Amino acid sequence: MSGLMEYNGSAIVAMAGENCVGIASDTRHGIRQLQTVSCNRQKTFQVTDQCYVGLSGLATDVQTVSQLLNFRMKLFTLREERKMQPRMIGNMIASMLYEKRFGPYFTEPVVAGLDGEHKPYLCTFDFIGCLSTAEDFVVSGTTAEQLFGVCESFWRPGMNKDELFETLSQCLLSAADRDCLAGWGGVVHIITPDEIITKKLKGRMD
Amino acid sequence: MQTSLHFCCLSLKSTDCDQIQFLRLWQHCGRGSMTDSEYSFSLTTFAPSGKLLQIEYALNRVAEGRPALGIKAKNGVVLATEKKVTSPLVDEKTLSKVENLSESVGMVYAGMPADYRVLLRRGRKVAQQYYTTYRELIPVSQIVREEAAIMQEFTQSGGVRPFGVSLMIAGFDDSGPQLFQVDPSGTYFGWKASAIGKNHVNAKSFLEKRYSEDIELEDAIHTAILTLKEGFEEAITADNIEIGIVGADRKFRVLTPAEVQDYLGEVE
Repeated sequence: MSGLMEYNGSAIVAMAGENCVGIASDTRHGIRQLQTVSCNRQKTFQVTDQCYVGLSGLATDVQTVSQLLNFRMKLFTLREERKMQPRMIGNMIASMLYEKRFGPYFTEPVVAGLDGEHKPYLCTFDFIGCLSTAEDFVVSGTTAEQLFGVCESFWRPGMNKDELFETLSQCLLSAADRDCLAGWGGVVHIITPDEIITKKLKGRMD
Repeated sequence: MQTSLHFCCLSLKSTDCDQIQFLRLWQHCGRGSMTDSEYSFSLTTFAPSGKLLQIEYALNRVAEGRPALGIKAKNGVVLATEKKVTSPLVDEKTLSKVENLSESVGMVYAGMPADYRVLLRRGRKVAQQYYTTYRELIPVSQIVREEAAIMQEFTQSGGVRPFGVSLMIAGFDDSGPQLFQVDPSGTYFGWKASAIGKNHVNAKSFLEKRYSEDIELEDAIHTAILTLKEGFEEAITADNIEIGIVGADRKFRVLTPAEVQDYLGEVE
């Protein structure tokens, strides 16, 4: 991979709650350790009204994949006149990534959404499209290891949307503080059956 | 295009032609991307009246084919067809006309068997591609659209002729039981009940009389057999008809001769 996964830096985490699901990411766009270019990089993307995709990894590929995803979603809804469920989105992303098996996009996506029965769906991939699902939380990016640590400690079943927001925010911020490639602010989306709550977080700038 | 270029170079050497002749050859070869032959243009061209005669002829071929029909019930769909063979020496067990496109979708045809195999193979490939991408069974409407697109392509491409078949496609998905008919031109419609092939006009009017919205799958199978019986010249047996069903379990399957025999007994 020659360090392309660590070139721009990113921290993405998604968590399941009771009839709600949340996804959070940092907003740093840097070039390796010493150069931070901006503090408002978009790394989470809405794909349907009940589903978000987070893209960690190389910033240029994050943009390309998000545009490609947007294209595929629009084509699907036009062609089939229906909404894609999160599970289907996950499977589509897996095949999209594996299509580029020998010239891959350097990005590891995370899918978070509510399905038809308002049940949370979470999954993540490696950069060539190996899909793995989880009931509790999924993480991705340069901060993945730190995020695993805090999420293991603070996630608990049956959180409501406010608890979910708090847990997600605290996990993201404390994990990103231990990674010099990510942080510098964050954004959290909470998906519920009736609304999507989006909040920006301030983070340490050092 | 690769072959066309090759053809050009060969001609140049052998005839030792001048530049004008080369250009003429170049234009000739560049015209159709499929072959170098005279027939690299589409055979399906408009008649002055505005008709596409090749498509009309294809429909005539379909109307000569063995009858097939489909009936949509409240809780499933049935496809049925006559499977009469040209000689008593033919082994009927080796012949199957009702086939699966995917787990939940099946189809039957009227017209040319060989053309049907092409559409069957292509359709199955599309269904499988959809499954590998989305890990979900392809909806009936989508597989029908794909089949129709293939048939349309063969009315407009060079070096090919339209398909000599009409298809009846039946399946069960999130939108419930569904029945579609696809014609050689690539047009398709959803039906409650329809018939194709020989005697399809009579069969359709028979179905019109018999059909009701809240028919059960079992009753639909009986109606299907009765409709086939109308146009049958000899005795109907479990070996000379074929029936495929799909119910709420979303599994399309072809009935075994033994099962068909049971239904024949019920109809008697």
